[in-house]
Amino acid sequence: MGRRRFLGLGAALTSSLAVGGKQAIADPAQESPPADAPWSQSIGAGVVDRPYGRPADAEASVIRRNVPWLTASAESSVSFSPLQDLHGIITPNGLFFERHHAGRPDIDPAQHKLMIHGLVERPLLLTMKDIMRFPSVSRIHFIECPANGGMNWRAAQMNSLQFSHGMVSCAEWTGVKLSTLLEEVGIKKQAKWAMVEGADGAHMNRSLPLDKCLDDCLVVYAQNGEALRPEQGYPLRLVVPGWEGNVNIKWLRRIKLGEKPWHTREETSKYTDLMPDGTSRGFTWLIDAKSVVTFPCPEKPLDGPGLYEIRGLAWTGNGKVKRVDVSMDGGVNWQTARLHEPVLSKALTKFTVPWRWDGRPALVASRVIDVTGYVQPTIAQLRAQRGSNSVYHNNSIQIWQVKPDGSVFNVQLA
Amino acid sequence: MYSSRKICLPIVAILLAGAAGLAGAAEPGSFGYGSVATPAQIAGWDIDVRGEDGTGLPPGKGTVDRGAEVYAEQCAACHGTFGEGEGRFPKLVGGIGSLRDERPEPTVGSYWPFAPTLWDYINRAMPMQAPHTLSADDVYALTAYILNLNDLVPHEFVADRNSLPKVKMRNRDNFIWTDPRPDTMTKPCMNDCVNAADVRISSTAEGRNLTPRTTGPLDTMQQK
Ligand code: HEC
Repeated sequence: MGRRRFLGLGAALTSSLAVGGKQAIADPAQESPPADAPWSQSIGAGVVDRPYGRPADAEASVIRRNVPWLTASAESSVSFSPLQDLHGIITPNGLFFERHHAGRPDIDPAQHKLMIHGLVERPLLLTMKDIMRFPSVSRIHFIECPANGGMNWRAAQMNSLQFSHGMVSCAEWTGVKLSTLLEEVGIKKQAKWAMVEGADGAHMNRSLPLDKCLDDCLVVYAQNGEALRPEQGYPLRLVVPGWEGNVNIKWLRRIKLGEKPWHTREETSKYTDLMPDGTSRGFTWLIDAKSVVTFPCPEKPLDGPGLYEIRGLAWTGNGKVKRVDVSMDGGVNWQTARLHEPVLSKALTKFTVPWRWDGRPALVASRVIDVTGYVQPTIAQLRAQRGSNSVYHNNSIQIWQVKPDGSVFNVQLA
Repeated sequence: MYSSRKICLPIVAILLAGAAGLAGAAEPGSFGYGSVATPAQIAGWDIDVRGEDGTGLPPGKGTVDRGAEVYAEQCAACHGTFGEGEGRFPKLVGGIGSLRDERPEPTVGSYWPFAPTLWDYINRAMPMQAPHTLSADDVYALTAYILNLNDLVPHEFVADRNSLPKVKMRNRDNFIWTDPRPDTMTKPCMNDCVNAADVRISSTAEGRNLTPRTTGPLDTMQQK
């Protein structure tokens, strides 16, 4: 013991005195147990070495990723959140999925204004300072692009959790209730709809029923306690809890009240669901209940037989998740998973269930049931209703095939 | 009524400050933040057009021939000379009658329900590298050109605020604007839900080579 301490001290002295004296540090593997690694026998970087901070170097692979062949240009495209490496219900700000239609604008907040007009008593022009003076609220909500999983409508295509489910993220949003702003301008009786518009090059705009605006929509300037990221709409965005990502207008600059919907390009040419009979469904805003097992998954295979904790996420635009069931045999038998607090309305909800894997082939799946009693469907049930050309709103049960070597694949069942 | 409201306002404001979020209690202007938007300011921001009836379309007009000129300069590089789409950039023509096919092609010609929406979208979002820089006349001309490419209007067509809402788009009557979901109903069965022998993999992503890598630097893979 005395000798070991002496050696350790010697190594520390050598490393702090000798420049580039790496060889002098005890090899932690040989010394263990117990042993000091180099970082235990040296002094670390001081405060404000990284004034903002960043993840550990070893986490460099945990990043948003895109599918380069999917879109014509990165400016009108999507990136996916690395769900396989996330551990809670909150998505770190740098990993929140992106969907831009004309790239990410870098907006000067001092020049950004929000106009509210149309069928209102008192049209207003608000600066960011003005908006931040209104009573503030903070709410945790997910945002999901309705095309999340779209690449798997026809067949299992993406062998990855990130690329099959990564267009959902969840944050604590802080801002002012849209109802507060609309009361401040005074809603005229004839108003039934709102047109919301962004300040990006796409001037992205959508129609929203006034009832939803007054119910729970938020005009937010903060995300997980700090200002919105430019990719998420800095300095101001709309949050429409539980509704498809596209209506959560980023870089929000204008709200206009009217009597009828606008039928914009993003709610006619896009974000409409084509059915097998050639008709299309429009204004399909709601995100139906969905869940996915995040471990194991193609990116996180199993490491030999033994006891594991199956982990996953569930969410629903209808409110709270009521129950999640997990199957290891492709849906023959199910067991109910444990939901982890907090279980919040229109937020990601974590579930786990222990599993002793015997090393035999398995088909792992999860199925959510929400407060309304809605049950997450299979892809076969969805296709029976909607065919496979509707692009959006694929909320089907995800099946992960586990092979005897522990590797995991995205599969669909007949 | 007016005078009593005036007197009440400061009280409402104080109440709100103390108990924020008393929905329904607020009078317009209770907070008094920001500035009332002037008609001139509103006119500068108010660019939206309603698809169904063209409300919001500005004065101006444009011909198919003028549209062809502007299009060749500003749009053809991405969308192709006749709207056929370069690379993966969207096609602006074709797909007529394809909506029930195995591989449908939704375009302005085959899918869009309302012509004024085309004016609105070109005006607000195109050309991609310099959005909202075209004159109203040029946007009318481009709209006329693209509608003509799709055989929706004749070559003599002049697009303006009166003519555009009258263009009958092919797919206009095929949209259902009320969401019929939930359209799947299941009871959550727990045991012996399907016959184990019938559980069969119908599709797998294994070996398809479509998935970019998820470790290391970003992948630049292109589809083979
Ligand atoms: C740099 C390439 C580029 C140029 C130039 C360009 N566009 Fe586009 N256009 C796009 C992309 C990309 C989209 C899809 C954008 C999206 O969905 O977010 C698009 C979408 C469209 C659409 C909608 C298609 C649909 O079916 O939904 C129309 C119409 C259109 N462009 C017209 C034009 C016109 C008119 C011009 C010339 C004034 C133009 N574009 C110039 C790239 C371009």
